[in-house]
Amino acid sequence: MIKQHYQSIVIQTVCSLLIPFIQLFALYVIIHGHYGPGGGFQGGVLLAVSIILQRLYLGSKISYRKFSPKMALAFGAIGMLIFGFAGVVPLAFGGAFLDYENLPIFWVHGAELRALGILIVEIGIGLAVFGTLVLIFDSLVGERW
Amino acid sequence: MAGIVIAIILIAAGVFFLTVSVLGLLRLPDFYARTHAVGKSETLGTILVLGGLAVYNGWELSTAKILFILFFVLIASPTATHAVARAALRTGLQPWTRQKAAQKRKKAEQP
Repeated sequence: MIKQHYQSIVIQTVCSLLIPFIQLFALYVIIHGHYGPGGGFQGGVLLAVSIILQRLYLGSKISYRKFSPKMALAFGAIGMLIFGFAGVVPLAFGGAFLDYENLPIFWVHGAELRALGILIVEIGIGLAVFGTLVLIFDSLVGERW
Repeated sequence: MAGIVIAIILIAAGVFFLTVSVLGLLRLPDFYARTHAVGKSETLGTILVLGGLAVYNGWELSTAKILFILFFVLIASPTATHAVARAALRTGLQPWTRQKAAQKRKKAEQP
């Protein structure tokens, strides 16, 4: 049995090379959600996977300094707020819940406004899923933060 | 026409290597040998199949996407195998040897 506990250079190099690509692909999936396959949930999961990969290969001490669980909590809350506002604001402007056509963005009309509303909601869902999944991972690992 | 023939040869070779890796996964005696089988020949098989698809597709946007997938499989799959095997070694899993297996068989037969 090997007793030394050193970091593997292979894993470090490859993970630090892969993480930016994973995050870029996650942003692509979120932004592209209303044209093709993908959407907020899938993109948020990919973003969370990039952070969880960092937690796995750097160890929680360094990784918490780079992206702390409190920030994940904030991201989840902000995403939920974006979703909630995109749902409630049309109520105040004379529509139904999540009725994007009544969002108060006055220089866009009709179908374009609906597409924009879907994009806003997707971004909210993506942030919420991202924060929640990172928080679930941190709670399961169970270290103090 | 030549492109299609090359693609068929590449994909057939890839399927061959994938079959070999599945055989290794089923038949080899212990964890390290299995990771060896899966890590090498499965990566090669996947690369060959994806390369065959890229050749078959010709010069298009989807070919570039296939090449991206090929590149990331080429990087990520051996790294994952390395990480798993390294974790097993560090937690103290003993490698299989012929002598240990023979001793175990004797112990099982004696009582």
